[in-house]
Amino acid sequence: MEIAVISGKGGTGKSSITAALATLAKSAVLADCDVDAANMHLIMNPDIRESFVYIAGEKAVIDYAKCRSCGLCQDYCRFDAIRFGEGKYEIDEVSCDGCKLCSRICPAGAITMHKNDKSRMHTGIYRYGHMVFGRLEPGEENSGKLVAMVRSKAREMSEKSGINTILIDSPPGIGCAVISSVTGVDRIFIVTEPSLSAFSDLKRTIELIDLLGTRMSVIINKYDLAPHVSDIIEEYCREKGVEISGKLPFDEEFVHSMVQCKSIIETKPDSEAGIVLSEIWKKLLNEKIRKQISTIN
Amino acid sequence: MRIAIASGKGGTGKTLVATNIFYILSERGEKVTLVDCDAEEPNSKAFFNTKEISESQVIQKVPVIDSDICTFCGKCVDYCSYNAIFLLHDRRIVRVMEDLCHGCGACLVACKMGAISEKEVSLGTVSKYSVNSESTIIEGKMRVGAYTPVPVIKASIKKSNNSEIVILDSPPGTSCPFIHTVSSADYILLVTEPTPFGLNDLKLSVEIVRDMRKPFSVIINRAGLGDRGVYNWLETEKIPVSMELPFNRDLAAIYSKGEIVSAVRPDVKNKFEMLTDSVLTIWK
Ligand code: SF4
Ligand code: SF4
Repeated sequence: MEIAVISGKGGTGKSSITAALATLAKSAVLADCDVDAANMHLIMNPDIRESFVYIAGEKAVIDYAKCRSCGLCQDYCRFDAIRFGEGKYEIDEVSCDGCKLCSRICPAGAITMHKNDKSRMHTGIYRYGHMVFGRLEPGEENSGKLVAMVRSKAREMSEKSGINTILIDSPPGIGCAVISSVTGVDRIFIVTEPSLSAFSDLKRTIELIDLLGTRMSVIINKYDLAPHVSDIIEEYCREKGVEISGKLPFDEEFVHSMVQCKSIIETKPDSEAGIVLSEIWKKLLNEKIRKQISTIN
Repeated sequence: MRIAIASGKGGTGKTLVATNIFYILSERGEKVTLVDCDAEEPNSKAFFNTKEISESQVIQKVPVIDSDICTFCGKCVDYCSYNAIFLLHDRRIVRVMEDLCHGCGACLVACKMGAISEKEVSLGTVSKYSVNSESTIIEGKMRVGAYTPVPVIKASIKKSNNSEIVILDSPPGTSCPFIHTVSSADYILLVTEPTPFGLNDLKLSVEIVRDMRKPFSVIINRAGLGDRGVYNWLETEKIPVSMELPFNRDLAAIYSKGEIVSAVRPDVKNKFEMLTDSVLTIWK
């Protein structure tokens, strides 16, 4: 069973909640798909076993020994990545999309493509099973593909180890990386918090998941920081027919446990947040059993 | 002057800082523009009373292949670096997968039969709102499902060109959207929180802004939570801290309601006044 934890907005406590769910699962393959800012390894402190190179596209490079400064490449590039400065044509690495067109049309054959090979994917063992996480080199795009690679590695590890539960920590936003992290999963938890900005992100996230048609429910974190905004969110979810799995209070213990490289279930299982999370996990297990029974029938 | 407010991690308080600096400058009657570059989830605008001035579409071209002219040679497929063209030679099927297309135009160059033309699709919108006679907000909004927010971000930043002071609310993360935003800035404020997650992300963003050789300083939000890791690291790296905002429930509640903290709390406003002045003097 693949479970994705997602939140439109960053900083809602998604990673801390994923870590708590991993603890409750007791045995789970953890896939940190927030490849832009992976941080689950800070809590789970895995023993790294394997590292893989991920090729995040290509960038054009001009060989000035061959370049005749005709400027054709600049005319063809649609990403404004080629500029004329200091007496020569230059490629702006930030803007280059790696489409290769300039390298194909350059009459002097002066442009070659260089692979972006600094991104990595790591696998390791942590205290509740296996984990895999990606690290996208700053400025390299195509995070959606790295996410897909992290997920397929997670599935492979799940099959090999016999650990059926895969927990996915999704990236923020609504772009291709998020879509890549949730397509085909069995269940999605959306973590939100009671602020108007988180609420507007939540609406966009629900819109996105609706397109995919996956079963989702919402966890409201820090609900007591603005109870009436929390009410507005609940009301909205009710209207949309999206279940609220639980509401967690703001608890500094989340931060304290993170500082100790632990999840809140490991440090304070009896806190209000800990109890609500345990209930969320129990409900999920029941869903799973019901699903199995219905497939048998 | 262009000031980017950024943070590797989302939810550190980037928008809080950006909207408060903007509030202070617009109250002073400065000619200032706030650009919300978080095109996947823009939400700076909600903190102000605004009037929409204009909205424009951000357009990308995608190929249209005329299957009557197409000989199914497959040259366009070879040229496409994004696997956006699907072709079955024997069954004479060709299809453009618009969601994968980056609009690079390579297929157009590849096709010698003249079977490919182009049409325009929307990647999102850029909207301009006025807050008062001198201050405006520009909001980029990516269409749900578009392959990247970058063109929308670029178009949003471009729109702010004639303003004297521009505040860029950067998208989270350290990939292309973040880099496009901060690379257009003269000064960067990195917002972090004093936790292991905050430190991890801060290190990554510092690495990038140093690579870009941009002047920057750090704002510590939710001070008092967490540990000393961020402080110790900043000290050894000799990175200046330009402001600390303590964590307290009251501030969190004000922000949650979509209110500008500086408008409600004079003590916080004072902090932001000092921050704004110090950033502006660096520039002058
Ligand atoms: S590879 Fe494409 S995006 Fe990069 S410089 Fe060449 S034409 Fe422009
Ligand atoms: S425009 Fe570029 S990305 Fe789009 S289909 Fe043609 S070659 Fe592929």
